[in-house]
Amino acid sequence: MYEIVKKHEIGYSIYDYEIYAPDVAISAKAGQFIIFRINSMGERIPITIVETKPEKGLVRIIFQKIGKSTFQLASLNKGDYIRDFLGPLGNPTKIKKYGNVVVIGGGIGVAGILSIVKEFKKIGNTIIIVVGARSKNLLILESELRQYSDSIFFATNDGSYGIKGFVTDILKDIVSKNKIDIVYAIGPVIMMKAVSEFTKKKCIKTIVSLNPIMLDGTGICGACRVTVAGETKFVCVDGPEFDAHSVNWNELYFRLESFKYSEKISLDRFKQHMGCVDVKKK
Amino acid sequence: MLKKNNKNTKKPTLHEMLIEAKKCLQCKNPPCIKGCPIEVNIPMFIKYFLESNLQKAIKIIKQKNNFPTISGIVCPQEKQCEKFCILNKKNNNNMSVSIGNLEYYIASSTTIIEPHLIKNNKKNIKIAIIGSGPAGLTCTYDLLKVGYDVTVYESLHSIGGVLRYGIPEFRLPKKILEREINNLKKLGMNIVLNTFIGRTKSLQELFDDGYKSIFIATGAGLPVLPKISGENLNHIYSSNEFLVRINLMHSYKFPNYDTPIYKGKNVVVIGGGNTAIDSSRTILRSGVNNVKLIYRKSENEMSARKEGIFHAKHEGVEFITLTELVKFIGDENGNVKAIECVKNKIIMSINSNEKQFKKIVGSNHIIKTDMVILALGLHPNPTISLLSKKINTDSLGYVIIDDNFMTSISGVFAGGDIVGGSTVIEAMGMAKKAAKAIVKFIC
Repeated sequence: MYEIVKKHEIGYSIYDYEIYAPDVAISAKAGQFIIFRINSMGERIPITIVETKPEKGLVRIIFQKIGKSTFQLASLNKGDYIRDFLGPLGNPTKIKKYGNVVVIGGGIGVAGILSIVKEFKKIGNTIIIVVGARSKNLLILESELRQYSDSIFFATNDGSYGIKGFVTDILKDIVSKNKIDIVYAIGPVIMMKAVSEFTKKKCIKTIVSLNPIMLDGTGICGACRVTVAGETKFVCVDGPEFDAHSVNWNELYFRLESFKYSEKISLDRFKQHMGCVDVKKK
Repeated sequence: MLKKNNKNTKKPTLHEMLIEAKKCLQCKNPPCIKGCPIEVNIPMFIKYFLESNLQKAIKIIKQKNNFPTISGIVCPQEKQCEKFCILNKKNNNNMSVSIGNLEYYIASSTTIIEPHLIKNNKKNIKIAIIGSGPAGLTCTYDLLKVGYDVTVYESLHSIGGVLRYGIPEFRLPKKILEREINNLKKLGMNIVLNTFIGRTKSLQELFDDGYKSIFIATGAGLPVLPKISGENLNHIYSSNEFLVRINLMHSYKFPNYDTPIYKGKNVVVIGGGNTAIDSSRTILRSGVNNVKLIYRKSENEMSARKEGIFHAKHEGVEFITLTELVKFIGDENGNVKAIECVKNKIIMSINSNEKQFKKIVGSNHIIKTDMVILALGLHPNPTISLLSKKINTDSLGYVIIDDNFMTSISGVFAGGDIVGGSTVIEAMGMAKKAAKAIVKFIC
């Protein structure tokens, strides 16, 4: 059993937790993830490690209420326990001195860039961060990201913070004014694909961290398989980071949709059970 | 809910078993023992059974086999002990003593806990077992008996390995597995779940924690994919994914359990091994009526147990043999909608009298399907290299061991599928030998 030691709501339906999992806290590195299961009837859900506090045995995760399990996780409180917490999984980010590094986070994917940005900064890269969200109330981690960046830009779909537009609009501007050595992007498939298409044209090496459906997360099942450079890869053991220009994005997009119908049944049932229907704010 | 329960594993009756036992000729030079990968003294346990001495019978079995309830069910006896039974030669086929059933009957009729072992003076020697499948649990049992302090590390949330997530309930009821696990707990087994050795902890850290020896029993791992066009379309599952969803995650009880499972209308299972048969029988039980099993060779070449093939056919699986997969065809939403296949023909090679399978040119055809399960075997998990840089593996990724089951690191042993085994009984056999080697290493 793994205790929820801290809980904060840091954006609209976005939560910041610290979980007591000392073995994971000691061994985790930037770019890795965990798999949690809330109770004996729960599903296994992968989620990026935001940071760790090894001396306190804590692992920080940030998630958005999207499906049944994230709604259920959000319904728990400080002092509650979750049943399973496996990690760290996936290969750590390769930390190298590249020079000028653009790190892009979109939506809840912003949670995944903090640890990478810290490590890249530590060894002397120049860090330009681009953060995108639908709206201001979904923007997270701004002050922490500012600490580790040389410059930071924001884009929202509705223009409520930063520019009105997409992360790619900012990226195009940055690339036109600077020599960029590498781009990191974590976010929705549609965003990573758009970034990848642009940087491919500009011949800028781009790494993405993929977020497919997973089951065991240790290589047993292959639920998380993606096609990279024409070859099938397992995101859990071969990834989660890949060369963006080699990823088959349409396939990944479709695969993420493959249980959509069941996911809706599960979520609707949970909300009914909780006696509250959460109406999405527009 | 599971629908077709009629062919589930059942305990045979005493009457049936006495008939079988009486058939045994008590050969002086018993060929059945030679056919057993772990050389259980079969005629001896049958003799004690006939004398109504179940305690002595189980003792004989347990000298060589820690989990006879499990092996009695999952062993391919028709290719091992029963194949060599002299009665098979005397009469025509299938006349051998039902050794597997006898083993299962005796084991499930006796209490398996050995009380004297619980009080055994514990030696303060810590051993780590990585993986809780057939090999890991077998080694654990033997080392607990010696009095060592044994801890099993498992990456999943539940122990048992392939016995838990792979072999379905109708073949190996989970209560049999639970019984064996509870027995091990009574003997003092420590269990650490949710711990992926190689990621959560390294081998060196285990040694630093005071473990004197480590046994790697992580199993085979990654499902083999056909490497053909369209293999990642939606609703093409590895048999591992399909079986993990059903057996480990209980997705047949969705939405009471959270993990969903897709239910196709026309399901195709590809492969000819036990996993292919298990998958096809499992999907039938989830209420799908139209299940085809496609295999590139003929039925004779299937590695699956004859019994399983028989039941699968009886339950309604349509067998399409000598048919090979060419590619998968998807619809506009990335879902599989058909497979293209080609027919194979058998050619007897003149020199070696061996069968060869060749594609029949122009025999390509389309089979409509909305769900495919691929049961094409497994290959080693690449994360094995994370355990330690000093672990030597072969070109395929299997861990290399010496005659004493020791890896390239002193004190680190390995057995089961990760060193190239392929059946539950082989894994158990290796683990028993490895346990002996570990004891020798410690002493």
